[in-house]
Amino acid sequence: MVTQASPLAERGRDSTLEPVIEARRLTKRYGARVAVDDLSFEVRPGEVFGLLGPNGAGKTTTVLMLLGLTEPTSGEARVVGVDPMRDPLEVKRHVGYMPDTVGFYDGLSARENLAYTARLNRIPRAEAAERISDLLAQVGLAEVAAQKVDTFSRGMRQRLGVADALLKDPSVLILDEPTASLDPEGVVELLALIERIALERRIAVLLSSHLLDQVQAICQRVGIFYRGRLIAEGSVRDLASEGSRTQDVVEVGAQASDGHPAGVDLLTAALRGTPGVASVAPDPDAPGRVLVTGAPGIAGALTSALAATGLHPVHLRTHEERLDAIYARLVHAAAEAPAAAPEGRTVSLAPAPRRSIRRAPGRAGHRRPERSDQDGGNADRSNRDGGDHDRGDGHDHRDDDAGGPR
Amino acid sequence: MSAPATAPTSPGIAHPRSETRPPSGGWRIVAAKELADHLGSTRFVVLFVVLGLAGASAVYSVSQQIVSVAAGVRSTESLFPLLFTLSASDIAVATQQSANTPLPSFVALISLLAPLLGIAFGFDAVNRERSERTLPRLLAQPIYRDDVINGKFAAGLAAIGIALGAVLVVIAAWGVIQLGVIPTAEDVARIVVWYVVAIVYIGFWLALATLCSVVMRRAASSALVAISAWLIVSLFGGLLISTVVGLLAPVSASPTTAEVIANGHLQDALTRISPDGMFQIATQAILDPHVTAGILTIDQRVAVAQQGVAGSILSLDQSLLVVGPQVLAIVALSVVCFALAYIAFMRQEVRA
Ligand SMILES: Nc1ncnc2c1ncn2[C@@H]1O[C@H](COP(=O)(O)OP(=O)(O)OP(=O)(O)O)[C@@H](O)[C@H]1O
Ligand SMILES: [Mg+2]
Repeated sequence: MVTQASPLAERGRDSTLEPVIEARRLTKRYGARVAVDDLSFEVRPGEVFGLLGPNGAGKTTTVLMLLGLTEPTSGEARVVGVDPMRDPLEVKRHVGYMPDTVGFYDGLSARENLAYTARLNRIPRAEAAERISDLLAQVGLAEVAAQKVDTFSRGMRQRLGVADALLKDPSVLILDEPTASLDPEGVVELLALIERIALERRIAVLLSSHLLDQVQAICQRVGIFYRGRLIAEGSVRDLASEGSRTQDVVEVGAQASDGHPAGVDLLTAALRGTPGVASVAPDPDAPGRVLVTGAPGIAGALTSALAATGLHPVHLRTHEERLDAIYARLVHAAAEAPAAAPEGRTVSLAPAPRRSIRRAPGRAGHRRPERSDQDGGNADRSNRDGGDHDRGDGHDHRDDDAGGPR
Repeated sequence: MSAPATAPTSPGIAHPRSETRPPSGGWRIVAAKELADHLGSTRFVVLFVVLGLAGASAVYSVSQQIVSVAAGVRSTESLFPLLFTLSASDIAVATQQSANTPLPSFVALISLLAPLLGIAFGFDAVNRERSERTLPRLLAQPIYRDDVINGKFAAGLAAIGIALGAVLVVIAAWGVIQLGVIPTAEDVARIVVWYVVAIVYIGFWLALATLCSVVMRRAASSALVAISAWLIVSLFGGLLISTVVGLLAPVSASPTTAEVIANGHLQDALTRISPDGMFQIATQAILDPHVTAGILTIDQRVAVAQQGVAGSILSLDQSLLVVGPQVLAIVALSVVCFALAYIAFMRQEVRA
């Protein structure tokens, strides 16, 4: 599950095109709670943008504001060049949307449900019939097209939701958690479909998710979203690059001088004291190997440390940081960040932010009251989510990270 | 950052439409789908059968009575509407016979059941979209938000119109056969007018049920509230009104004219703000054109008494004049309910 560059991601963004989705300082408050805080980003035609964040981060709220279904408290959005609050119909004509909890009329068949959407979009009947058959085949529902939707599983509904969103031949596709309840094959198929459509029809895709591994393959850019703020934005590769990384995880295997594999105990003893090493733990996936967490570029020091104890390294691989690790790191940093961050260093992992990573500017003056407010309200949920991701990233570097620069 | 703490979320209200409507109104597409749903629903079949059976049994017993009373009855003008307005026991009382069924008249049955029709087609109009989670998807299509609620209301009204119209036509035809009387043009006109007024009245209940479906997230609570309203108005309404009138404008054992008039005024006022009362007055004026005390206000009654015209028969246009204010009042009540539903819907969050 290392970062894979897809052909689409390789191509990079085409900055000559006008963005079709633009959020400018979008803010949404529900009472005292800030659901989306000063959010700005843009997506261009042919680009797949991933909006990633834990539950309650404000992804759905953002999407609803882009569609004109919720009024922003301040800031504005432009979708296909139109303000969704001023001319919602024009936006809705061009935007295919799949909500996070997608539902259909249970008493109607899959085909009838899509036919209704087609009528609402004033697609001529004959054309609609053809397009519906085509789309149902593409999402793998051709065989159940005439079945009532109440017989459908969640995953089937989700596939139908994708077909529904594509029916109007959109120029912008907004998918809220499109892979949430799909089986692994379904995820691969769906993502391939989205990627292909984005490429072929040059449509802009905005997808929100918290299932990071799944989306990183097709997103050229991701925005990491936490408690309503965009804490980092850029390509997965940029986010994972050295400059923004606080530590390496290196997988180490070695032979003793007699040719037998060195055991975990031997390795741990040899590596533990090395300067820069934060922790050494058995590799859960490979018996006899250890995972060493330490400062960036630690691999060289590890080789010397092994040599000093008479061990021959047979395996030394620095893990490429997975998106979920990046995400955990950024979200963790944002959660723990001191309330009044210095100018421009909300996340402040790197001495100087890299060109391609745009960090949301820290607005020091506002942070303290909002944080204390959130701590009283939604903090429990968000913190728990953050913790889950941290435990799930497989690198077990939480405690060490807390001592890192911030 | 200086935005108020609780910002209204009302796109449709805050931002007036800036463009022309798309070729065909979105509400028509919504209405067509909803109507198809209604006509295919068990709910529709059940209501149709209930309505049909109730109507048929009422009319059957009445026609039996009418026929048995005498051939002389046939000369009475406006005999045909009697089929709908008389109950078997009315005739039995008038002719000192024993009625074989204690059934109320057709129109009494309909005015009892009518609210149920409105409630049945409205109580889950919006909250079903929520529970099926289809609302965000629906509103992401190129239609206005009010198209949804307008379309649903129109479809409900159409379904009711179809059910009631079909029952009315079938029963009228059957009545013609039973009575052997061909209805005059005026009879037909009166029944058509009554049908329209009944639809307006049911429309009020539909609007009320739609309001419940917007405000209440669960269909069960929505139905319960609407049905409670119906019970209060239909069953206890008259009782409530006379209690209130008796308390506020009592009539002593030896009543003075002023007392009676005050009592009458209050009774009129209260009856005329109850949709049920208004519908009954309208029904009487349309189908039972003999000037009876019930359809006139106390002031009209005084005037009638002075001119000595009591007992005369209202012509159709006179009936319409009497009915006009009642119908307008029902329409106004419906509009209030619908407007409330509309505003609530426009301000609501889209997500469940
Ligand atoms: N109608 C509402 N009233 C008050 N607060 C709300 C409302 N809707 C959403 N919120 C709050 O706004 C925040 C963002 O919610 P949102 O649904 O956008 O999150 P999300 O990122 O989509 O989460 P998930 O991954 O769970 O779908 C949450 O803290 C939520 O509690
Ligand atoms: Mg969401």
